[in-house]
Amino acid sequence: MPIIETRNLTYTYPGATKPSISGASIKIEQGEFTLITGPSGCGKTTLCRCFNGLIPHFYQGEMTGDITVADKKITEHPIYELAKHVGLVFQNPENQLFALSVEKDVAFGLENLGVPRGEMREKVDWALKLTGMYDLRERPPHELSGGQQQRVAIASVLAMQPKIIVLDEPTSFLDPLSAKKIFEVIHELNRNLDITVVLVEHRLDLTAKYTDHIIIMQDGKIMLDGDPHQVLQSEEARLVGVGIPKATRLYQMLKHEGIRLGDTVPLSSEDMAKLLKEALRTP
Amino acid sequence: MIEVKGVYFSYQSGVEALKGVSLTIKDGEFVAIMGQNGAGKTTLVKHFNGLLKPTKGQVLVDGVDTTKVSIAKLSKDVGFVFQNPDSQLFSETVEDEIAFALKNFGYEPEVIEKRITWALNLLNLTQYRKTSPFMLSGGERKRVALASILAWDPKTLILDEPTIGQDYEQKEKLRQFVMQMRTQQKTIIAVTHDVEFVAECNPRVMLMREGKVIADGEATKILTDPETLTQASIVPPQIAQIFLELPSLNLPKNIIDVYEAERTLKRALEKQEK
Repeated sequence: MPIIETRNLTYTYPGATKPSISGASIKIEQGEFTLITGPSGCGKTTLCRCFNGLIPHFYQGEMTGDITVADKKITEHPIYELAKHVGLVFQNPENQLFALSVEKDVAFGLENLGVPRGEMREKVDWALKLTGMYDLRERPPHELSGGQQQRVAIASVLAMQPKIIVLDEPTSFLDPLSAKKIFEVIHELNRNLDITVVLVEHRLDLTAKYTDHIIIMQDGKIMLDGDPHQVLQSEEARLVGVGIPKATRLYQMLKHEGIRLGDTVPLSSEDMAKLLKEALRTP
Repeated sequence: MIEVKGVYFSYQSGVEALKGVSLTIKDGEFVAIMGQNGAGKTTLVKHFNGLLKPTKGQVLVDGVDTTKVSIAKLSKDVGFVFQNPDSQLFSETVEDEIAFALKNFGYEPEVIEKRITWALNLLNLTQYRKTSPFMLSGGERKRVALASILAWDPKTLILDEPTIGQDYEQKEKLRQFVMQMRTQQKTIIAVTHDVEFVAECNPRVMLMREGKVIADGEATKILTDPETLTQASIVPPQIAQIFLELPSLNLPKNIIDVYEAERTLKRALEKQEK
């Protein structure tokens, strides 16, 4: 049974004339790393807001169709209950952090749930260690670098031990090396702890290689949905105008010239280099 | 021309953000300034239009020392587009936003009208002319901020993180726009983390680390040097990475462009077949 499932989901913000999501049916399985992408305004952030009930509970508006997250119909459960299962990480960590020390920020969600002190300590330390922030736990978040702040934001979500983490362009403000480290942390959480990851991102060059499921949206509709190798090499993906990874592009361009480098479409430079090594090996 | 001579800068908090920077940017050049968060990139470019004045050293814009001229005068030649459009936008409509500086510079109403129409058209914003900037998406607000600066036609444009929040298509439009500005001999200075965007634009690249410029040269050279890039917390663009992972294959190393990569690999693969 999928951990997130929508059936013919349509949603219109209050006062809006047309729906931001129209007729979306998707299934995300437990433990998957799913990437949702598409042009600005395609509805991807709106869709993510449904996953933890912010829509419709907080934003109101009109919703039709069905959405189930972790076996719960979101319309029938309040946000605070859904928040135990679904953690949200935003683009700008500054909007999410506010406490006087890193560990207080990470403990905040647990405090609100009334978790006993000893258990809270354990969970906070666990989350700080996983994100590599344990040594900085007593520092004020605002003194940290952008990359460190985003790790704290991820740690605060992790401490709640959610089944699902939803990240909305979590690295846009970070330098490339810090961004890469954040994606590696997320990938490890996904692989080692079997946490379901839903990532909203424009920059597929950086992220495609971590995914096992890609959803491309346009004008509120699901345009493409499936295995990243298949989705990213399709003509439709090019037409929607998503930034297909350069390694994938290069493979396609060579294929177009009649050069075949094996059947598996590369999603990263490592994949592409491997194909080229085989093709260019001296006999 | 922008000349930076031995510039040091400390914020009032005591943080020394620039530690001896010297460089020259000629008219019509396109420069990307890259580096870690907090390396001093934005601090440096704020010296180019006089928003900040050096604690030590000198900045000359077209031969004039920035400490000897007002920001208002300097900004007519050097337009600065902020990273966060919300620190720049405040008017009730997109049109008013663009008109604001033009009025301050004392242009005639007919000229202002023409400039607004021109800038809106260029950035694909004509349909939002009477809309409040705050009703627009982040990407659109960013274009309004850019339009409001372009409208007075500064000789030099400084873009602070122009690609953040922009999707693939908008980024491509931004690239075309930058290229178009270059044909008009505008100087473009972009502070950016976006290696793929830089690889596509192929500008002169400067890398900064801890208040200093640690590398300066052509994009094909700088973006294919992994050791120096790592010091600046930058990862090589994907095409460069492919070639860096094939050191034993005797392929050229300075490739960052997907079309050049295709031509090079096609030659190598066809030679292999023979």
